[in-house]
Amino acid sequence: MSAIGAVFSHCREAKRAAFIPYLTGGDPDLETSAELLEALAAGGADIIEVGVPFSDPIADGPINQRAAVRALEAGATLPGILEMIARIRARVDTPMVLFSYFNPLLAHGLQTVAEQAAISGVDGILCVDLPPDEDDGGFRDFCRSAGVDSIYLLAPTSTPERVKLVAAASSGFVYYVSRTGVTGVQKDLSRELQREVKKIRRRIDLPLAVGFGISSPEQVAAVGKVADGVVVGSALVRVVEENRGRSDLPELLAAEVERLAAPLLRSRRR
Amino acid sequence: MRKKSDQRAGYFGPYGGRFVPETLMAPLGELARTYDQVSRQRKFQRRLKDLLRDYAGRPTPLYFADRLSSTLGGVRIFLKREDLLHTGAHKINNAIGQALLAEHMGKGRIIAETGAGQHGVATATAAALLGQSCTVYMGEEDMRRQRLNVDRMRLLGAEVVQVDAGSRTLKDAINEALRDWVTNVRTTHYVLGSVLGPDPYPRMVRDFQRVIGQETRRQLRKQTGQDWPHLAVACVGGGSNSIGLFSAFLEEPRTRLIGVEAGGIGEELGEHAARFRGGRTGVLHGTRTMVLQDRHGQIATTHSVSAGLDYPAIGPEHALLHEQGRVEYTAVTDAEAVEAFHLLAATEGILPALESAHAIAEAVKHACHLSSKKVVVINLSGRGDKDVESVLEYDANKSGSKRDEAKASRHPAETWKNVVWGGDR
Repeated sequence: MSAIGAVFSHCREAKRAAFIPYLTGGDPDLETSAELLEALAAGGADIIEVGVPFSDPIADGPINQRAAVRALEAGATLPGILEMIARIRARVDTPMVLFSYFNPLLAHGLQTVAEQAAISGVDGILCVDLPPDEDDGGFRDFCRSAGVDSIYLLAPTSTPERVKLVAAASSGFVYYVSRTGVTGVQKDLSRELQREVKKIRRRIDLPLAVGFGISSPEQVAAVGKVADGVVVGSALVRVVEENRGRSDLPELLAAEVERLAAPLLRSRRR
Repeated sequence: MRKKSDQRAGYFGPYGGRFVPETLMAPLGELARTYDQVSRQRKFQRRLKDLLRDYAGRPTPLYFADRLSSTLGGVRIFLKREDLLHTGAHKINNAIGQALLAEHMGKGRIIAETGAGQHGVATATAAALLGQSCTVYMGEEDMRRQRLNVDRMRLLGAEVVQVDAGSRTLKDAINEALRDWVTNVRTTHYVLGSVLGPDPYPRMVRDFQRVIGQETRRQLRKQTGQDWPHLAVACVGGGSNSIGLFSAFLEEPRTRLIGVEAGGIGEELGEHAARFRGGRTGVLHGTRTMVLQDRHGQIATTHSVSAGLDYPAIGPEHALLHEQGRVEYTAVTDAEAVEAFHLLAATEGILPALESAHAIAEAVKHACHLSSKKVVVINLSGRGDKDVESVLEYDANKSGSKRDEAKASRHPAETWKNVVWGGDR
């Protein structure tokens, strides 16, 4: 079983959903970013998602767009981010997932990316604009050979056929996009979300994590009741944005992770 | 060796595909199915044809540019007058087609990106015509340099949303339009304006623009007795006006086809938008094609005096046509394009769009090598009203820096004669 799989089975035993925070790698710079990823682990992350900044992030809202701009301006690259992950691997054993757009992966060569990711201690790769239909078996196979999980997404618009296709292609877990839309924070989750998540969980064997727009402990609690994992991204990226330059940013971030993840530790599922 | 993907729908050899977030996968499948079905229905075809004829003004003339031809040494140059269409460019062919499709799918809201503003105006027009609500995304830089078109879109009832991200041009407008579409895909149709983006857009937009080449063929037969030109030239941003013209002649080996990219102000990354000079295979906006990018896969910024060509990727079918060697791709600089703008104004009384001026500049380079019996077709894809300010601004800057050059006072056609016959090539 992969490290990611082990986390979900551990959480399942503990009768709770996994907490999966996201930060853009290299935001505001690589050195700080390394400290922030460690802070996510210290705050209680079960799995950490690290975004690879891209110049044209069509699936991201304004908060993550600005983070990508900051990271790129500070010189972040995919090799730089992998190096950073390798560096903190000595101190952090929380599984890590790369969240990327396809072009930066393509530019470095898909086999190279899969192998280098594995060597750096990356446990899974999620490519937001690479549906399994377009993979041609290439990238997925490289990842499998390297021992890296391939995580694909499902969305509210996914047909039953696509649910089947995505589940068959994925390993580690499946990522369900909570709404039609881009990443960001939102006040209210859709009313159908819980029903939709339950429906999809019945159809797939892999754990199902839910993300996009989840930004408060209440929302984490609500999603945690039905999903195997809860992803919080923009809400944490915003903490970085608003407090960058402060020396206690890692502590602030760890406290925010603790606050957001708390409902999962309290409320045990049936 | 052919790869499996070569046979797949939505691909042009290794180029094309649907590289989009999962949210758009099922809607794109539905769009492709609807398009394949509806576009074959006679009722849809008739309605489109009627609107293109009675509303948009098709067929557009194929005009023999006599004075331009003799200025350039006698080769027979024909201009396909897409600039005479309602709204002023070929973009209306596609906008009406897709707006009808949106109506068929029961989507009452359409959105679009625009660079030069011509596709935005065409989409706003089609929306008004069919009673749809319309939002157009446009980069801040483009809103500045194509202000006339911003006002036109607003007067037509469209909401124009300024995009401040990235290079603030076409690429960023497409990003924002895609984000809108991901969010509102259930109620909204995205009228993409070029042969770009995920399948079915590249083939759908091409099909709506095929009419340019089909008409040209008929008109050539009537006007010259031969239904093919020796040379056909068109500018290539995403590549919709060029594919519209070229598609009629791809199987005609005697026709040389040249697509003209924006050479901008230099050869360095960021100074031009010539994807076949320095671009490499990548994925942008849902399609695998030639993309200007850095070595880490970050998309490069581009430059062109013409907003409509100022884009870092090219339509996937063009990538294949380039690979096959069927179409040649060249680049024309800002300076050459502006000079061609003046040339056409002076010799024919036509202000071309700066995009189309790139095609004219390229044709000029070939004219002197061709005998007077040869037929050249230039796609005059749009009119230049929108570019009047840009050209004046460009000339003011130029004459400021090159005040001493006698060249500036000469009649533009004279300048060209010297360029063409001056023995420097």
